[in-house]
Amino acid sequence: MIPEAVAQDPVAASVLARFPDAVVEGHANLGELTLVVKAEQIVEVCRHLKDDQSFVRLSSVTCVDWHPRTPRFEVVYHMQSLKQNNRWLRVKARVSGENPEIDSVYSVWRGCDWYEREVFDLYGVVFRGHPNMKRIMMPEDWVGHPLRKDFPTHGYKYSYVDKD
Amino acid sequence: MAEIDTLTAISEETDAGTTRKMTLNMGPQHPSTHGVLRIILELDGETITKADPDIGFLHTGIEKQAEALTWQQVVPLTDRTDYLANLSNNLGYVLAVEKLLQVEVPARAQWMRVLLTEITRINSHMVWLGTSAMDVGAMSVFFYTFREREEILRLFEFFSGQRMMTSYFRIGGLALDAPRGWQKWVERFLKIMPDRIDMLEGLLNENPIFKRRTQGVGFISLEDMLDLSVTGPMLRAAGLKVDARKDNPYSSYEKFQFDVPTRTENDVYARYLVRMAEMRESLKIVQQALDGMPEGRYVADAEKVVLPDREQMKTQMEALIHHFKIVSEGFRVPAGEAHQVIESPRGELAYYVVSDGTSKPYRVFMRTPSFGNLQSLQTLFEGYPIADSIASLGSMDFVLGDTDR
Repeated sequence: MIPEAVAQDPVAASVLARFPDAVVEGHANLGELTLVVKAEQIVEVCRHLKDDQSFVRLSSVTCVDWHPRTPRFEVVYHMQSLKQNNRWLRVKARVSGENPEIDSVYSVWRGCDWYEREVFDLYGVVFRGHPNMKRIMMPEDWVGHPLRKDFPTHGYKYSYVDKD
Repeated sequence: MAEIDTLTAISEETDAGTTRKMTLNMGPQHPSTHGVLRIILELDGETITKADPDIGFLHTGIEKQAEALTWQQVVPLTDRTDYLANLSNNLGYVLAVEKLLQVEVPARAQWMRVLLTEITRINSHMVWLGTSAMDVGAMSVFFYTFREREEILRLFEFFSGQRMMTSYFRIGGLALDAPRGWQKWVERFLKIMPDRIDMLEGLLNENPIFKRRTQGVGFISLEDMLDLSVTGPMLRAAGLKVDARKDNPYSSYEKFQFDVPTRTENDVYARYLVRMAEMRESLKIVQQALDGMPEGRYVADAEKVVLPDREQMKTQMEALIHHFKIVSEGFRVPAGEAHQVIESPRGELAYYVVSDGTSKPYRVFMRTPSFGNLQSLQTLFEGYPIADSIASLGSMDFVLGDTDR
C-alpha cells in the first residue's frame, strides 16, 4: 500500500517508525508527499510531525467530499516545515459520511481554529475538542452544508428556475 | 425605564471604585475594517480585553461555483477573491492546474507572469498604504497612492483590456500576447515609480504623528504568529525570512535577483517599512523582467489545452476539432491532486485542486492569506487601547473578499 518512494522519505519514515499502523496509504505524485493516516490517530501523528519533524506551520485544513464513495470525506491538512528546506507535507484522514467526526488538532496548532470551523460549516464534519465549533461563513440559522456534493449549486431556497 | 436603571447601576459601580466591562460592536460597516468585517470588542475602559472577529459577510461560495464550471472558466472567479491582487490569484490557480496537467509553459509567458504579478504587488501595497495611513490620520497619502494605482490600472488595461478583473493568465500561458509597444509603458512606469515611492516615504517615514501612532503598536510574538498560520509581511516584520518566491520558486522566480526585506521590531511601523521595501524590490524584478524578456510564444505547445491560432483553426482540421472540443466541453485534467503555493502581496496564497479526470474541477480550495492572518486578530488586539486597534488592523492588510471567498 505504501510505495517505496514514500517509505524512503525521511519524514514518512519517521512517521512509519513511530506509528507503524497509522499510515494507511501514501503517494508522492507530482513531488508532493502525501500520507493518509487513520482518523483516530490524526492528533498523535500531527503532534509527532510538529515536535520531531519541525512542521511548525499548519498552512490549511480543508476537506474533499467523495460522495457517494465510502468513506465519504477526506480531511486534508497541509503543513510546512521551516527546517528541512521549507518542505511541504500533506496529511489526509478519511471520515465516514454518517455522523462525520474527527479529533481537532487545536492542541497542536491553534491556527487550525478557523479552518476547522470552515470545514464544519461547509461540509458538516465535526471536530471533537475544538473550542468554538460553530458556523463561520454561512448564517447561523443556515440548514445544510453547501460544499457537499449532494447540495445543489443553486441552493434549495432561491431557485431561478420557473416551476409551472 | 430599564435604561435609567442601567445608568444608575453604572454610576453606583463607578462610585464604588469598580469598573464594568463594556461590549462594543465594531463593523461590519466600519470604515477602518476595509470591507465587511465585524469585530465584537470587550473593553475595560479604553483597553481591549477581548476581540471576537465575525467574518463571512462576503461569502459568495466561489469554491462551490468552481465545481460547476470548466477548468478554464474558474480563472475569472479567482479574480474576485482578492480583488486588489487579481493577477496573483490567477497565477496561483493556473500554476496548480498546469502542475496537474504537466504542461510546460514557455519562458516568455513565465516572465510576463512574473512582471505582471510584481506590478500587482505594488498595486496592492499602494491601496494598503493609502487606506492604512488614512486610518491613522494621514489623509493626503491616500490621494497620492491612488494616483499611482491609476498608472498601474492603466497598464493592466493596456495588457488585458481590463483594469481590475484582468483574468490575463490562462491555463497554458497568457490570454493574448503583450500589446505592441508594451516595453515603453513599463519603462515609463519604472521611471516614475521610484520617485513616487520616495515621496510617499517622505510623507510618512519621519512624520511624528505617524510614528507615534505606529511605533510599538500591534506587537504579536513570532511564536504566536507561526502557531496561528500568519504569513507574509507580518512574519517578515518579525524577522523571519519566509517568502515562497525564494523558498519554493515558481514561474522562474529563481532567475531573478531580489532581496526579501525583513525587520525585527515587529510593530505596525516595521510592517510599513517592510512593505515599502518590498515595493522597491518588486520594481527591481520588473526591471529585470523587462530587460531579459525572452522571445517566443506566449502559450504552451499543448494543443488539447490551449486554443489554436485563429488562422490554423480556419485552415487545419485538427485545429478546428481541438478548438471545438476545448470550447464546448473543456479539456480534461488527469485525476489527481496538486497544491501550489505562491507569495501574494498579503502572504502565502495556496491553491489545492483535485481532479477526478473530467473537464470540471472536483475541488478547488483556496488557502488565502487574509483568512490565516485574520486569525491573529484577537492576540493582536488584546491589551491595547481601542485607538491602537485601528493601526493594528490596517497593518494586517487583509481583503475581506479574500477571507470569505
